[in-house]
Amino acid sequence: MTKQAATADPVAVDTAAARRPRNIHWGRLMAWVLLIFFILITVFPLYWMLRTSLSNNRALFSDPGSWLPVHLTLGGFKRVLGLSSTEQALSEGGSGASLQFWLYLRNSLIVSTAITVGQVFFSAMAAYAFARLRWPGRNAVFFLFLTALMVPPIFTMLPNFVLIKNLGLLNTFPGIVLPFFFMTPFAVFFLRQFFLGINREVEEAAIIDGAGHIRIFFQIVLPLSSAPITTLALLTFINAWNEYFWPLLVAQNDNVRVLTVALGVFKSQTPQGNPDWAGLMAAALIAALPIIILFLAFGRRIVNSIGFSGIK
Amino acid sequence: MTKTAVKPAPDIAARTAARQSGRWRSLRRWHETGVAGLFLLPALVGFLVFFLYPTLRGIYLSFTSYDLLSPPEWIGLQNFTKLWHDPLFWNSLRVTLEYVVINVGAQTVLALGLAVLIHRLTKSTAIRGAILLPYLIANVIVALLWYWMADVNLGVVNQMLGWIGVHPVAFFGDSNWAIPTIAMVNVWKYMGYTALLIFAGLQTIPDSIYEAAAIDGAGEWKIFWKITMPLLRPILTLVLMITIIGSWQIFDTVAITTRGGPINATRVIQYYIYDQAFNRYNFGYASAISVVLFLILAGVAFVQMKLMRADESDLA
Repeated sequence: MTKQAATADPVAVDTAAARRPRNIHWGRLMAWVLLIFFILITVFPLYWMLRTSLSNNRALFSDPGSWLPVHLTLGGFKRVLGLSSTEQALSEGGSGASLQFWLYLRNSLIVSTAITVGQVFFSAMAAYAFARLRWPGRNAVFFLFLTALMVPPIFTMLPNFVLIKNLGLLNTFPGIVLPFFFMTPFAVFFLRQFFLGINREVEEAAIIDGAGHIRIFFQIVLPLSSAPITTLALLTFINAWNEYFWPLLVAQNDNVRVLTVALGVFKSQTPQGNPDWAGLMAAALIAALPIIILFLAFGRRIVNSIGFSGIK
Repeated sequence: MTKTAVKPAPDIAARTAARQSGRWRSLRRWHETGVAGLFLLPALVGFLVFFLYPTLRGIYLSFTSYDLLSPPEWIGLQNFTKLWHDPLFWNSLRVTLEYVVINVGAQTVLALGLAVLIHRLTKSTAIRGAILLPYLIANVIVALLWYWMADVNLGVVNQMLGWIGVHPVAFFGDSNWAIPTIAMVNVWKYMGYTALLIFAGLQTIPDSIYEAAAIDGAGEWKIFWKITMPLLRPILTLVLMITIIGSWQIFDTVAITTRGGPINATRVIQYYIYDQAFNRYNFGYASAISVVLFLILAGVAFVQMKLMRADESDLA
């Protein structure tokens, strides 16, 4: 990352263009203004979500342009989490309808965790077979895996729905998890790149010492690749948490419904004339919270992984 | 560090033994193939059952009439001839294309600008993190948030427009505005991500080139057009391919906000597929439309690949 030493380019630009420093300065200032404008546009809607969620929904209608929460209250959050009585909810402009938020939160956690653990582990095993073992047909099989990257998800999801239905797994956790549980082409591809880079001598030495491939995999390859595996696990979890289309198809029942689908239902149930915007935004904010926490904890890792995922 | 250095004798002995004995080697190879099979098994099952089989089955279903209740019935090309004469299908193609053009056009230009700004101004991870944030938030949440912000009566966007004297716009309710609005919502969501992809590409351009240009007295504008753009072209092509293919599959935002309306103004292709399959139980017909979408995406990928080949040899 820090490949630039003392001769960073701004310095070079400044010394070279010493004849017209004012010019450069104005240009840089403009560029900073532009960049800050971009950042504001990015961040403002997130602030607005917070501002709305902390508002009294009734008061929201009288003062829609206020920059601060209108009649600051935690009512929206209480309504979503089922902590307020129906009268309380109605008085603050809620719909009075209950949302089994904790249940959906639990479901989202179960689904995303299961997908992450399965997908990362099995993809790592496959990546090991592709990167470190020699066997006939290896390249052909790998190429076949890669072609799956080109198939748009919608194309496989209709037949997968039929399959899950025929297996009797509609509205079950296995039904939601299974298609993503064993691999995705991207995960295999991503990890294979890293496994290819592991020094062969370490592995050969282990073989001479009598270690089998299973031991090599668990005791050498996995520990040496803990960084990319963590990154992959983060990306997988975030994707699973955010997935909407597949759970919409296979998990409509309350007992397995995940948060994204629940938010859609919550939105469509709220009265058309005066929706409970404060409640909706509170729900949206809590649904995004796990991702925001992961982002605060692992932000640098996630940011630096972008570029790898898309381009390599 | 390596074991070879610590105890060379048994190591070399073992290796020569392995080299000498062909039988041992072939045994080892068989063993390795077996182990590979074991390691590959779960992923292979997942691939065959949930990727390859549904792909083939999807193609098969597109030639059938299938309502989920009775078994699929082979009807040849009927789905495709029906599709050819279906105005709603052509509408969905047109609407999706409009979305793709606005979304990819705006997103690429803005992301390119953002990436160059970051590259020339700062190394801060915090800034890159801030612009990535919308990408990490679920489509559903982003859609809800903007549905509220762009609300015709109370939305903050219309409040701001009001301050400069513009009348409220029904962003999601007006059939002329709906697609551009949804396109811009997803520009907001994906702009930072795309910028970071481009930024990763910018980092592959050696700093020495920029330094040399600066010493020669080239201004930022000239540097951008004469150095950055030509050297970035292969990566830009790749980024374009990713965003175009992704944006053809727009669904979540539509499903949360307009549900295809007003009338059919936002009935994008994936929403039409969903509608046919799950509201009308025309699984065969829905599969036929998916086949067409698949072909379009394959075509996009093919054209991009051709373009990329032609433009290689920039830094190499």
